[in-house]
Amino acid sequence: MFVRMIAKAFLRQWKKMLLIAFTIALGSSLATAMLSVMMDVGDKINQELKAYGANIKVVPKDTSVLNELYDVGGENITGAYLKEDELGKIKTIFWAFNIVDYTPFITAEASLDNGDKVDVTGTWFNHHMDLPTGEALDAGVASLRSWWEIKDGDWIDEQAEDSSSLAMVGAALAEKEKISVGDTIHVTGSQGENDLKVAGIFDAGGEEDDLIYVTVDTAQALGGLDGKIDSIEVLALTTPDNELAEKAAKDPGSLSVSQYETWYCTAYVSSICYQIEEVITDSVASAVRQVADSEGQILEKTQLLMILITILSMIGAALGICNLVTASVMERSQEIGLMKAIGAHNRSITGLILTEIMCTAVIGGVLGFFAGMGFAQIVGHSVFNSAISMRPMVIPVVAVLVAIVTLIGCIPAIRMLLNLRPTEVLHGR
Amino acid sequence: MSLLELKNVSKIYGSLHALDHVNIKVEKGEWLAIMGPSGSGKSTMMNIIGALDKATEGEILLDGVDIAKKSASALTDIRRDKIGLIFQQFHLVSYLTAVENVMLAQYYHSVPDEKEALEALDRVGLSERAHHYPSQLSGGEQQRVCVARALINYPEIILADEPTGNLDEANEEIVVELFRKLHEDGTTLIVVTHNPEVAEVAQRTIVLRNGKVDHETINENFTGKIKHITLQ
Repeated sequence: MFVRMIAKAFLRQWKKMLLIAFTIALGSSLATAMLSVMMDVGDKINQELKAYGANIKVVPKDTSVLNELYDVGGENITGAYLKEDELGKIKTIFWAFNIVDYTPFITAEASLDNGDKVDVTGTWFNHHMDLPTGEALDAGVASLRSWWEIKDGDWIDEQAEDSSSLAMVGAALAEKEKISVGDTIHVTGSQGENDLKVAGIFDAGGEEDDLIYVTVDTAQALGGLDGKIDSIEVLALTTPDNELAEKAAKDPGSLSVSQYETWYCTAYVSSICYQIEEVITDSVASAVRQVADSEGQILEKTQLLMILITILSMIGAALGICNLVTASVMERSQEIGLMKAIGAHNRSITGLILTEIMCTAVIGGVLGFFAGMGFAQIVGHSVFNSAISMRPMVIPVVAVLVAIVTLIGCIPAIRMLLNLRPTEVLHGR
Repeated sequence: MSLLELKNVSKIYGSLHALDHVNIKVEKGEWLAIMGPSGSGKSTMMNIIGALDKATEGEILLDGVDIAKKSASALTDIRRDKIGLIFQQFHLVSYLTAVENVMLAQYYHSVPDEKEALEALDRVGLSERAHHYPSQLSGGEQQRVCVARALINYPEIILADEPTGNLDEANEEIVVELFRKLHEDGTTLIVVTHNPEVAEVAQRTIVLRNGKVDHETINENFTGKIKHITLQ
């Protein structure tokens, strides 16, 4: 009988139910689109923010102390190095998913055939790593320093067999030494020499333009620095600092246990630095403050905007549902009064009305969900020039939001229903 | 013990005494008519007897139990178990068929039983129209569906508010005939009406005026059959 009443009520009021379903579909489509974009926006913004470069720099502890005392500009004059075989550990820290790119640097002093001194820096270009987590990561300066302009030639491809004999030359040095792409330059280091074929000439707009960039093992061989690294630059997705993060950055030991847990489990740049220091022996990781702050703030503000739009769309849907359901209950007041008169309890009638509305909400919610997925793709393509990947988490969140909004929208109608007295509607009083 | 007894029942709206210290007794199986002009308190009394409304003061003993102080939920149970209601405007659910309207009362009482609902419609002569919607039925047929709905749960009292108010003469006779049969079966009937012809069919008539019982008449020639008076 219950199902029969629901089905017949649907048929009788199909126009009103269609309007309710449409209202819910509008709300749920916006919620789905915004939540999908919000959950995927980290990766998207991350892609955009790669142009800003690394936001964390890791150096040996001794170099860091010397930098602080004498401001030597990060130059390694202490003879302290990081260990190359620990590089993979950076992707095993608690915030591994927030580490989106990183690359090591090792510089060897060398001289050209004409006797000119030149720094040869070894780094990753498109280094492929298979991580213990089962993921794969391609990292290096090609993506981390995307603002470098390749004036001639191309990036070094580390997967190529002859990558250890390739070099990229800074534009200033290339001009000074009359080096062109395809030339072979002979470099002699303190512990070795190599004939390097110029794969590309780049313009970084800074001091890098006077350097030669090669693969890590090539630079290590020139300087006799096997397994050694000068520094690591890391691009991590971070949360803007607050008082807790600032306190922790000064001294993590000053935090209480609960503060420490909160800080450690939040993607503050200081907690990520701390975790990097935990896995890289004798290292100091410090934030490139300006970049780290702006990244976190852009991400936070974008997500806040998405949440606000979601909340507003849900409030709009709740108001729409409220009007429509209240109108429906008013229209059916005689029927409801009759049910009460013949012995229906409030809970039975409330259950009947809520079931009708929730069934409508399911239909509207499902339609809105699929429409929202479409909206998300439109946002993805128009803002980020790429598709938004669908996160399964969006489904339960939207389902719960639709249920809550529908129930909230029904509150005034249910209150009216509970207060409705059969005598008032059955006798016209 | 009377099936229903009202002791000093009053219903007061502000300064208006819709019912003013009314005392009535209704015996089991009795057919009682309540008459009176507009505003005399007929419908207020029906609401109070039908557990649709609460009295301001007084006792309402139904089967010896005072229902005057019962909660809204308890009054709902009383309406469901002990009272069958018939309204002047029929009040059928428009999107349910005749048999489904009868089953609706069963649904809120216990378990819907279509066969039993069809039998109830057969008792009121509507078995052929069981699957028609209210909009496809005449006024008299709709009122007969209401009668079937009122008696489906075997209530102790059938309470009818102006049951023939919206019917023509022919349908009025059919409905009164149904009441006569119910009375023969031992059902207690309380019929609120302004129609003297309908009131005269009952065993006893109470006339209300200004919220008080004005007088009471007993039909010594009770037959349960309606006699229409032709005006010259």
